[in-house]
Amino acid sequence: MKVLSKVYCFFIYLFLYAPIVVLIVFSFNDSTTMSRSVWSGFSFKWYGQLFSDRLIMQALGNTILIAVVAAVVSTILGTAAAIGINSLKRWPRRLVMNITNLPMVNPEIVTGVSMMLLFVIAVRAINTSLGIGSIMIAHITFCLPYVILSVKPKLSQMDQNLYEAALDLGYRPSQAFLKVVFPEIIPGIVTGMIMAFTLSIDDFIISYFTSGTTQTLPIYIYSMTRKRISPEINALSTLLFAIVLVLLLIVNLRKEKENKEILHEEEEP
Amino acid sequence: MKSKKACYPYVVWMVLFVVVPMLMVVFFAFTDKSGNFTFQNLLGVGQYSNVFLRSIWLGAIATVICLVLGFPLAYLIARTGRKSQNVMVMLIMLPMWMNFLLRTYAWMTLLEDNGILNQLFEAVGLPKLQMINTAGAVVLGMVYNYLPFMILPIYSILTKMDSSVIEAAQDLGADKRQVFLKVTLPMSTPGIISGVTMVFVPAVSTFIISKMLGGGANLLIGDLIDMQFLGSAYNPNLGSAISLVLMVLILICMGIMNQFDDGEESNGGLMI
Repeated sequence: MKVLSKVYCFFIYLFLYAPIVVLIVFSFNDSTTMSRSVWSGFSFKWYGQLFSDRLIMQALGNTILIAVVAAVVSTILGTAAAIGINSLKRWPRRLVMNITNLPMVNPEIVTGVSMMLLFVIAVRAINTSLGIGSIMIAHITFCLPYVILSVKPKLSQMDQNLYEAALDLGYRPSQAFLKVVFPEIIPGIVTGMIMAFTLSIDDFIISYFTSGTTQTLPIYIYSMTRKRISPEINALSTLLFAIVLVLLLIVNLRKEKENKEILHEEEEP
Repeated sequence: MKSKKACYPYVVWMVLFVVVPMLMVVFFAFTDKSGNFTFQNLLGVGQYSNVFLRSIWLGAIATVICLVLGFPLAYLIARTGRKSQNVMVMLIMLPMWMNFLLRTYAWMTLLEDNGILNQLFEAVGLPKLQMINTAGAVVLGMVYNYLPFMILPIYSILTKMDSSVIEAAQDLGADKRQVFLKVTLPMSTPGIISGVTMVFVPAVSTFIISKMLGGGANLLIGDLIDMQFLGSAYNPNLGSAISLVLMVLILICMGIMNQFDDGEESNGGLMI
């Protein structure tokens, strides 16, 4: 039985990683024809070309800019919203939470086209065109619910009396927020912000409908899949994958260290 | 803390960019090009009923496969030691960090007529298979992309499960199979339900997987919508009508699923 379950796990992980291995291997392929399934020797040339490809670098720049703006704005708006929602009465609170859930239950493509309808008309009215601004608005919108859902539980876990105690002891409301509430909910805020950032970086569907002619990395990749994807993109995603892997390892190792320290403290009388 | 005002900017934002766009979809679905009220768009959706059926069918198959493959894995992960558990969960999440267009593209490399899998088949003397541009390839793409969405919620329910309940069942004489069928499985229903919705909704509404792996023959609802808004068949009114039908369809599916969830929960409540 034990062997059987190990074999089972192995095949599922093989299934999950086979395409990724293919991507990484072919980022080192020394081909001239951009062939995607013929191996013709090891080389770093796609990595070299990647950094001199103006279009890819521009798309990457746009993607990062949008993700940073979307993460920061949605974190600020969403944290304020979570605090406000917590002090709403029952019915308005339900209404607001239902609106919050809407973008999460709706198929992404419907969210995308609905915003496209609005933006196309709005853009005509103020005489500009779809672009980085409309993508940012769209990304902030679909990131907001995730921020709220990660901050709100921290707020409800917090002892409500703490805030009032701080006021009784002479803090102004703003001080009480910064020195008492904020430290309690900061883990939720950070989680929300990281989620917003990664969702934004990886988003294709909503960007596709709200971008006009502006290129983000996923949109650029999509336009290439219709012809042939240049192995430069394989190189770029191998690099991104490696960065994520290293970051996750660091986070995991730190967590393990913390856990060990907690265990040690518990063991000591 | 009395700070209702803090959520006003958020509410304004969501009304502007979520509620208004949704109302515009409804408005476009019920009007023609010059803005007159009409049912023509919604009636026009009828001629695509085969596309709707295909999407639901392929989405449902993919969801069932994800559940059948994902549940045992989630169960196995939840049963291993804590240290390797973390690594295994991380390895499930890691692929999601690679752009999903690229991962789907990699499947094209594997499945195409002269692709890696067919080269392998040839090397061991098997006949070549037509794999790309089939409905099977589309289902494979769906399963591949959404399997983690099935595994993770089931896993998180299974780890939170109180092991004393299982021990109690064993003490009361249940054998392994009974413990699984009568305790573990019912208690993991909420995880299964969120897994099923998290796989089914994106699978039904996808348009990239079908485009990349299905060729032209496996058109899905998502492709239809894409064609009406950014494609050759430009007609936002019809596109809005299709989106509206898709939305209602998914709401109905989720309503049915949630009903199921509530029933289980009240049973659990009775037990306590």
